[in-house]
This record gives sequence, C-alpha cells and structure tokens, in this order.
Amino acid sequence: MGGLFRAADGAIHGEEAMPGDDIHRQAFREEADELLTELEASLLELEAQPDNAELINKVFRAMHTLKGSGAMFGFDDIAVFTHDVETVFDRVRNGEIGISKKLLDLTLASCDHVKWLLEDPDLGASPKMNKGPELLEGFRAFLPALVVEDASEAVFALEDTGDGVEDRGGNIYRIRFRPDPMIFSFGGNPVHFLEDLMALGPCKTFAHLDKVPRLSDIEPASCYVWWDVLLHTSAPREEIQDIFTFIEDQCELHIDLVAKRDELEDAVTYKKLGEILVERADIAPEDLEAALSRQKRLGDILTEAGLVTKKQVESALAEQQAAKEVQAKAAPAATAPTTSSIRIAADKLDFLVDLVGELVIVQAQIKQAVVQSGDSFMMSLSEQLERLSDDLRDSTLGIRMLPIGATFSKYRRLVRDLSAELGKEIELVTSGEETELDKTVIERLGDPLVHLLRNSIDHGVELPADREAAGKPRCGVVTLSAEHSGGEVIIRISDDGAGMNPERIKAKAVERGLIAADAELTNKEIFNLIFLPGFSTAEKVTSVSGRGVGMDVVKRGIDLLRGSVEIDSSPNKGSVISIRLPLTLVIINGLQVMVGDEYYVAPLSIVEECVGLSRNGGREGDQSQIINLRGESVPFIRLRDWFEIPGTPPRIEQIVITRVEGMRVGLVVDHVIGEHQTVIKGLGRIFRDVEGLSGATIKGDGTMALILDVPGLLRAISEASAA
Amino acid sequence: MSELASLNDNQYLTFILERELFALNIVSVREVLELTNITNVPRTPEFIRGVINLRGRAVPVVDLRMKFGMGRTERTVNTCIIIVEVVLDGEAAVLGALADSVQEVYEMEASQIEAAPKMGARIKTEFIRGMGKCGEQFIIILDINKVFSAEELAVVFDPGAGQGAVEPQEAQLNA
Repeated sequence: MGGLFRAADGAIHGEEAMPGDDIHRQAFREEADELLTELEASLLELEAQPDNAELINKVFRAMHTLKGSGAMFGFDDIAVFTHDVETVFDRVRNGEIGISKKLLDLTLASCDHVKWLLEDPDLGASPKMNKGPELLEGFRAFLPALVVEDASEAVFALEDTGDGVEDRGGNIYRIRFRPDPMIFSFGGNPVHFLEDLMALGPCKTFAHLDKVPRLSDIEPASCYVWWDVLLHTSAPREEIQDIFTFIEDQCELHIDLVAKRDELEDAVTYKKLGEILVERADIAPEDLEAALSRQKRLGDILTEAGLVTKKQVESALAEQQAAKEVQAKAAPAATAPTTSSIRIAADKLDFLVDLVGELVIVQAQIKQAVVQSGDSFMMSLSEQLERLSDDLRDSTLGIRMLPIGATFSKYRRLVRDLSAELGKEIELVTSGEETELDKTVIERLGDPLVHLLRNSIDHGVELPADREAAGKPRCGVVTLSAEHSGGEVIIRISDDGAGMNPERIKAKAVERGLIAADAELTNKEIFNLIFLPGFSTAEKVTSVSGRGVGMDVVKRGIDLLRGSVEIDSSPNKGSVISIRLPLTLVIINGLQVMVGDEYYVAPLSIVEECVGLSRNGGREGDQSQIINLRGESVPFIRLRDWFEIPGTPPRIEQIVITRVEGMRVGLVVDHVIGEHQTVIKGLGRIFRDVEGLSGATIKGDGTMALILDVPGLLRAISEASAA
Repeated sequence: MSELASLNDNQYLTFILERELFALNIVSVREVLELTNITNVPRTPEFIRGVINLRGRAVPVVDLRMKFGMGRTERTVNTCIIIVEVVLDGEAAVLGALADSVQEVYEMEASQIEAAPKMGARIKTEFIRGMGKCGEQFIIILDINKVFSAEELAVVFDPGAGQGAVEPQEAQLNA
C-alpha cells in the first residue's frame, strides 16, 4: 500500500510506495513519540491541577490511542501494557481514584517504559531491563478489585459499550422493552435479549424500576423491570425485531427509529426533551405545556409533578445527547476548524531548501545578466521571477521555523526529576515560547541547553536549607527565555542560586595552567573561562555534572551553530547564561559592497542607511572615527584598514550605517553594489576563528563574496584597540 | 572512492612547485581545477590564499609554494588547483592546493620509494612521506595530512598583537 494513509488518530502520512510494513511501524513510532511527549506534559500539569478533568481525559485518550495504534501496527507489548494503565485512568476519569503523586510517578515511569518498548519491541533482547511487570504491579495496587469484564453487569448500569456514539454510519433506535412479569416462567430471560441488542451496536440502556414493589411484596419469579434501550446500529430494523421473535407475545415492544443519520446531520438541534417524552407517550402534550409555563428545567418539573419518573427523563436526555454526538461527529468542519498537518521526512525538507537556495543563486545571475542587457521585457520578467523566488524562499524557510516552546516544555520533566533526585525545590519558568527558530538550530541546541540546565540545577541552585539560611525562598527559580533581537535569537538560562565565585574560578584556571597567575581579567572574562576544556570547579563529581567535559562541549555546539555564549554572575544572587544565535543558517537578504577588488555582503537586517563620505579629514590607519549623522555621533570602521586591503580608496567612499546590539556603527566601503540574495555557505573549519566573517556566498558571476559578521567585527576591533 | 583507490595505493599525482617535482598519493586527490578567481579572506596567513566556489561549496585554497618558503605562486596558464581531501580534527575536509603545473599520474611501488632524508630538504621532513624517482629526477612524495594538519593551518590571532600582526605557527618554514 503506498500513497497516503490515515493513521489511527487521523493524521495523514504521505510516503512513497515501499514494501513491507516498516514504514507503518516507523510512522507509529513518530506518532507515539508525539503522544508520549504530550502525555508527559499533561501529567506534569496534572501535578499542579489534580482535579482538572480535561487533563485527565487527555491522559486517558493518549493511553487509549497508544493502545489502539500499538495493536494495529504490531506493537503488541505496548498495547497490552497500556491497556492496564488505561484501565486505571478510566477509574480516575470516573472519579473512583484520585490523582496522587505516586500515581503520577508511576505513570511517568510508564511513559519511559513505553519509550523503551518502542525502541525494542522484541522484549526477549533484554529481559532484565523490562520494568513492565513491576510497573503493572504498581498500577494494580490502585484497582480495588480485579477488573472482570462481565457483560451482564453492564446491563444494569448506565454504561456505554464504547466511547460514546461512534461514527458507524448507522441510525439510532429507541427500543422500549416491557416484558410480561411472568416472562421467566415462559423461559425467557430479559438479560439475553439485552445482550443480543448490544451485539448489534453500542447501546445506552435504562432500567426502569418504578414497577418494582416493596421488598415484602416481591415475587422472585416475576420480572418487574422494564427497559429503554438506545441502540446505534447500521443493522436494519428487522434484525432488531428478530431478536424478540420468541417473546413477541410476552412483552410490550416498541422499536422506533429515533433518527436517521442524515436527518441528524441536517437538523440543527435534535428534538427537545419535552417532544421526546410526548413522543414516547410518557406525558400528555397538555401536561407538557403546563409544565413549560413555569421556570424550572423541564425534566425536574415533570418528575416532581409525578408525570414521569426520573429514569424516563434521564433516558430521554440520553437520547438527545446521543443524537448530538452523532451530529458532532458527522460535521466536524462545523465546529472549531482544526489545522490539518502533514508529516514529512526531514531530509525531504532539507533537499527542498537546498533547491530553493540554488534557485535563488541562479535567479540572481539572471537578474545580473538581464540588467546588463538592458532588454526591458526581460527586465520585467526578471522582476516577476525575483518576486516569486523571494516568496518561495520565505515560505520554504518558514517551514523550517518552529517555536522553541516545544523544546522548553520537554525540560519541565528534566527539572522535576533532577530536582527531586538532588533534594532541591526548583521551579522552571519559561518565556518567549513562541519565538521561532530554524528546526536544525533547535535540534542542535537541545544537548547544550540540557547541559546548561543541569548545571544550574546541580551547581547553581542551593539546597532548600541553605537557601533559607541565606534568606532566600526555599524554592529556587530557573528561568528559560527566548527572544528575537536584530538578526539574532537570544536564549537565556538564569537561576537565582549561589552564583559563581570569580576568585575560585580564577584560582582553578591558574591551577590548570589555563591562564597566567598574574593575568588581569574582568569578571566576565573569568566567568567565560569555564568554557575551556578540562575545567570544572565542582567539589565532587555527581552523576549529573562535574566531570569537566560539559561546558566546552556546550560551547563547541553553540559555535557550530555560529552562535556565541556568555555567562554573567553575582555571588549569592545567581547566574545568567546568554546564548546568541543567528536566525537562520541558510538564506538572508544581503547588501553587497565592494572594497578594493573584494566583495563583501552585510546582512540587510542590520543595515539602516548608506551615506557618502569624502576622504578629507580621515587619517590613514586610524581604526575608528565618528561622523555626525543628523546630530547623532556615529562611530565608523574602515573595512579597508581592518581587512588590510591593498590599493587606494576612491575619493568618495560610502558608509553603511548598521544597528548592532542597540548601537549604530558605520562601515566604510568603496562602493555599495546593491541588494543580494545571500545563500549562506560555511567557510569551513579552517576559518572558524576568523573574526568578522560569518560565511561566504556565491555572487552572480559564480565567484564568492564574504559575509560580514558585524557584531563579531566590532568585538574584534574593540579587543584589538583595548590591547 | 577511497575503497577503490586503496587498491591502487601506489599511484601518485606529480606536480611542480618552482621546478621541483612533488607527488601526492591519488587516494587523497579529488580533482584538479584550472586556476579561477580566488576570493581572499582577510586577516589570514599569507599562504592561505582564500576560497573558491566548488560546485556551491566554499573551498579554501593554500599556496604550497608560500608554505614551503618558495615565494608566491604566480598566475600562469599552467597554474592549477589540486583539490584534496584530508582528515582534519577527525573530520574529512576538502582543501585546494596551488601548483605551478600538474604532470602525470605515476606509479611507484613501495620498493621504489626511499625514506625521507633527515636533513637537507627544503621543507620540513615530517611533510615528506618518501622520495621517489622518475628517471634521473627525484620526486618528493608529500604526506598531505601532515601538510594540511590542524596545527599547520591554524589561523590563530593574538588579541594583544593589535591589527595586522598575524603569525602562523609554522613560521619557521621561512628559512
């Protein structure tokens, strides 16, 4: 089976035709992963709101879906395991069991177990690791008695034989079954008939006990109970009637087609309660009118007036409800619009982005050639092409952008588990969840963020007792935030813990030979020493951190993303780690400039304007000067000098005024060429430490131009002039 | 390519740097290009000439003559860029090397190759894998992984040195 297929939860998976069912299992794995993540999130929220019925339902549904899809795709172990967990949560749903920390811990552990099962469905591979039986034992402890599926029990209770009315494409019948009191002597047992009804489809059964006399008057051989059954089935009416063939004469039987499916779909609302009761001849129309003229709810009024029994009202209400549910299922589009989504393989997306990149380059070349030719028809075509490829570029890159919120939520569990393990009380606060980043960046950021978080929890936040002694609240706060700023994303992890001691760090660095003993460093520089390999000031190595291999790996990871990381800290107040990342790794709008024979590109997002500069008053070799721009003093840098480009500059140079980190800085170049679609190509490891350049791009004529990293440039220049 | 080439690991691409004959095992050689415009990357050592666009990738180009202290490679009609693949810091990296001209692929058995001389060679002995012979002429077989090692290519800046003072770590080559 190839093409598109719909999985159990309705998501559409598009795959090419492939043999075997591996592809389905893979699809299930992905779906299960998502379900598990949601499940964990809901469980953690439940901890804070144990009575939230919506959350409990969410958990139950997730378990249910896992069970069903698991069975469908051959993950039988998962199906079997989640069945028991689901049962417990069913009880929770019904209010029989309450949410307790123990239950949540157990359920979270179950999520882990399911994850483990997902990877290794063949349990025989490592039976020692199988926590399944242990967990199930724990769950069974919550069940008051063994759950026995007894069909006859179901008859006397208000139970559904399914999750409400399923969309089976059938009709709803109301069957009123009043057996003769002597029915037992005729050999008939009403229970069997009810069971037969249930075999035809989901039923809602109402037993009416109004005819049951007092205990002293009961004759055991008589049947005093009669039933209303709402049956949703696609079976024809005759089949329903056939069930009662043998006792037709010994009972009063009414089978009414309550509503056909299409009727229900078209009708805006089903019949009102009063109509239903009148239809059933439970009350007379006049009584209905009289009751309606009062203010109370109809059902209550009628019951109080003795016109109907409570059960009759309940039964009629259920009919109404059943009809509503069928309507709701039949017309999903009429309710809140759900955004449909489609899952695609990540490398298909990458391939698409690459293609768009190549397209953009060729389009730039066409534009250049067309401009040179001067053909006006071609120029208008080229403009249209440019607009289209701009849109294509933006939306393709937009596909890759995901909000970082999903990553942040994953960390709640980590914080919870880790703080429990270490005996600390820590709250995780997040902000800026809607900040979007390139999907690859988010992926690669995962590990560094985890490590930094662990660090804050392990070394930053103190034990509750210590915190109290220091006059702080017992519960520590770790904050994760993300925001856009200029062409960058800034992610911050801060804690209100013990902070870092610059003296200790400096001493350790000297001890490790990382800096000279008499080196003069600012506090910020000292704090950033911890990113050097082999550095660790932890007094003891915990399972979490302290081995000294973490921070430099973190820095490496962030470097690879062409980002930067910084730490700031105050003893006893806490620390802040700031990670700056470029918004996208792929294509940006650039401004092409020329210095000497070399071409450079500056990201257009930071460029504010271009101004001419005549050469008088500029001293040769002077790094930074200031110009007066409409009353504001703006410093500038000569790229020619900093990049040591030979030759003489033109008499009138250009300053590109940029805004970087809140400040305005000018870059002096020979000429400003114009806008340029810049497909970012990495320069490679060799040039990793070159400051001021963040990559290269291909010009219209096929040669390369270098992309300026203006913040990096400024940092380098200020360091150089400070020395 | 590496699997196939290991069957022919006695084949060497010979090329000329200032009238001296050098060779590289073709295992490391990807292709040979005509000299195109090289985009200079500022504030890098002189022997790193810049980058070129190789099918959409930025590939750094090294001037071997300058690295070996033979003066800057002149642009002539024969000048080529030899694209090599080396292992840099545990990862495969693609680099270009300038050559005055490229000769032929020459086969040399291990028995025909002598060890590098301990001294007297113009370039560091650790760059030399061995000495071969083509008729009367000696061929200096280079170990490209040593020539293009991370240390040799280190583009390190001393922040205290102010502008422009960039000393690569292997300046001792300039004999």
